[in-house]
Amino acid sequence: MSSPEQWAQPDQGADAAATAGQPSAEQVIAGLRATTEGGADLIQLLTPEGERVASPIFDPYVADVDNESLRELYRDLVIVRRADREANAMQRQGQLGIWVPLLGQEAAQIGSGRALRPKDMAFPSYREHGVGYARGVDFKELLGIFRCSDQGQWDFAKHRFHPYTIVIGNQVLNACGYAMGQKFEGKVGNQENDGDNEATICYFGDGATSQGDVHEGFVWAAVYDAPLVFFCQNNQWAISEPTERQSRLPLYQRARGYGFPGMRVDGNDVLGCLAVTRWALDACRNGNGPVLIEAFTYRMDAHTTTDDPTRYRLSDELEAWKLKDPIERVRVHLTRNGGADADFFAEVDKAADDFAAELRDFCFNMPDPPPERIFSNVYAEPSPVLDAQREEFLSYLDGFATAGGER
Amino acid sequence: MAAPAKSANSATVNHPEAPTVPSSAQNLTIGKALNLGLRKAMEDDDKVLILGEDVGKLGGVFRITDGLQKDFGEDRVLDTPLAESGIVGTAVGLAVRGFRPVCEIQFEGFIFPGFDQINSQLAKLHYRTQGEVKVPVVIRVPYGGGIGAVEHHSESPESLFAHLPGLKVVSCANPVDAYWMIQQAITSDDPILFFEPKRLYHSGALKAPVDTAATPERLHASRVVRQGTAATLVCYGPTVQVCLDAATAAANEGMELEVIDLRSMSPLDLAPVFDSVRRTGRLIAVSEAPSESSITSEIVARVQQDCFYSLEAPVLRVTGFDTPYPPAKLEEHYLPDLDRVLHAVDRAMDW
Repeated sequence: MSSPEQWAQPDQGADAAATAGQPSAEQVIAGLRATTEGGADLIQLLTPEGERVASPIFDPYVADVDNESLRELYRDLVIVRRADREANAMQRQGQLGIWVPLLGQEAAQIGSGRALRPKDMAFPSYREHGVGYARGVDFKELLGIFRCSDQGQWDFAKHRFHPYTIVIGNQVLNACGYAMGQKFEGKVGNQENDGDNEATICYFGDGATSQGDVHEGFVWAAVYDAPLVFFCQNNQWAISEPTERQSRLPLYQRARGYGFPGMRVDGNDVLGCLAVTRWALDACRNGNGPVLIEAFTYRMDAHTTTDDPTRYRLSDELEAWKLKDPIERVRVHLTRNGGADADFFAEVDKAADDFAAELRDFCFNMPDPPPERIFSNVYAEPSPVLDAQREEFLSYLDGFATAGGER
Repeated sequence: MAAPAKSANSATVNHPEAPTVPSSAQNLTIGKALNLGLRKAMEDDDKVLILGEDVGKLGGVFRITDGLQKDFGEDRVLDTPLAESGIVGTAVGLAVRGFRPVCEIQFEGFIFPGFDQINSQLAKLHYRTQGEVKVPVVIRVPYGGGIGAVEHHSESPESLFAHLPGLKVVSCANPVDAYWMIQQAITSDDPILFFEPKRLYHSGALKAPVDTAATPERLHASRVVRQGTAATLVCYGPTVQVCLDAATAAANEGMELEVIDLRSMSPLDLAPVFDSVRRTGRLIAVSEAPSESSITSEIVARVQQDCFYSLEAPVLRVTGFDTPYPPAKLEEHYLPDLDRVLHAVDRAMDW
């Protein structure tokens, strides 16, 4: 099969025999390439069948991952999926206003999230619950956004995990600015003390790649050599729009046009995502950033709990992706090589159930914010205008309490 | 009320190495005062950065950042790619990192690619995070007409930004305010749109001594710039001079007009306006922007609420028309001028 690179830049001098295997112009325009798996370009360390694939380039980046580490990654994956399913159920029970499921993207998020060092910074979109978990954010603290009682209240500076960004692509420029700041502060390319070096990772989806902000982020990061890893989770669907509505070209190949490396990793392979992200973060810390990673994965559930995927995609697509499940392949691998036994898996399942129960208990008891919260922290500096609006409104509300008391 | 600059007793940091910020007063244009204010802010805090198109070697198309890259380096005065969303969006990220970015938008008509970042991130991050994340970003915007330019170079979009909770919007109208207000905006922890009256940048007539050792007026304070009794003119930015000229002309005919420079369009400091209207009974709001849903609309609404029994006439407005900015051959008709202001004063007096 000819490589997409050749399709993008056809050799004008090629003879008919050399081009016979290439897709027709109609196929190209239909963008079929954007949703194929990338063939030989796909980086994969753990196959869907649980087979470890050797990679001279990326093996060194997971050389430390022994069975114990792999068991911990497995635990992360299971807990994050269990928490995601619990939150989804709580939305169905009216306890959350909406939920944005990550089902199917656990490996992309845990693999990349666990690649980060404490000093690295992460800018999520709004589906990165697994990354937040990997950054040490209490999963309970993610619920307030979806219960609509707050808009993100974890300790951003401590966890180095920026607030969720809902406007598609905005965070890419914000992350780029942050990474530029890391560079201006001399936190990049310190040869003697790598511990001083920092990098930033920014999460966005296949749909976001069409946004101007993502394009501008690519341009800015490139011209300022910002230590920024663009981590695109291509889950194949932007609500109802498939990736071919966003691109003719496999997304990772866009990096070439901006002048930095782009690679496609199996987003359902936690080991592959860990290795590739570590490689990219190292490149950034050493001053060779930015890097684009396309994690090729699949959104196994709806866009959000308000969505109905049966209107726009066939269930056999989902069934095909179930065979590439990110968790199952780790379980098979651990089982086959003796890295874990049945007791371990049972213990993890129990821990996940306990985690979910705790989440559930917390969510059900989450208090509503008081009305005065409407007016708080609009500005950093005092606002007499808003103080007056707040007092007037609270006084108005008090009027009801007084009237009720008299009756 | 008017609050004249106090004598020098503030703990202003002295920078003997600074090439062009002496402590003594000098005659400055608005443009030069902004330049010196930026220089002072960069000297005072090495987290202050300037981002914009052509702000480096060129010194900006209006030369407001002239010489700053030479003295502070390319890591503090950034010639950016031509992308306004990028300018604002990366400034937000730099602010999250602890910097105090000052963005320059080349002309107000080019700010709109950045509007999404301004509205969705810059204005809301502090509220979203309940104060955990501060975004002390200043966006400098040359605005207003009267320069004989092509489309998108003469507009007054400030009302669009004043409508956004979480943002502050100010405008200077003289060299003293230009010098101080830009520094105050930079030290503020809130995001601020700083509108600069571009046609006055290099006005020799407005040259004024700037006492760089003085204690400045509060940033978000309006100020009575001329006292009068017959009627009140409220204005900001480029229309302040128009109103002062109108007041001078009226005085020649025996009518004393009070003129108030708003200085801050968000938050509005209307107490001096209310005080004035209670004395004069008549108010004319003057702005180059279209009148519909604008700063002047807000003034009308608030004055009728607070000064209902003091008004001898409805609050009138002299503004640009509710049209796109016209071809510049017509701008003398579009822009409020001395005659249109005095015509409105006459209507108010005859009510």
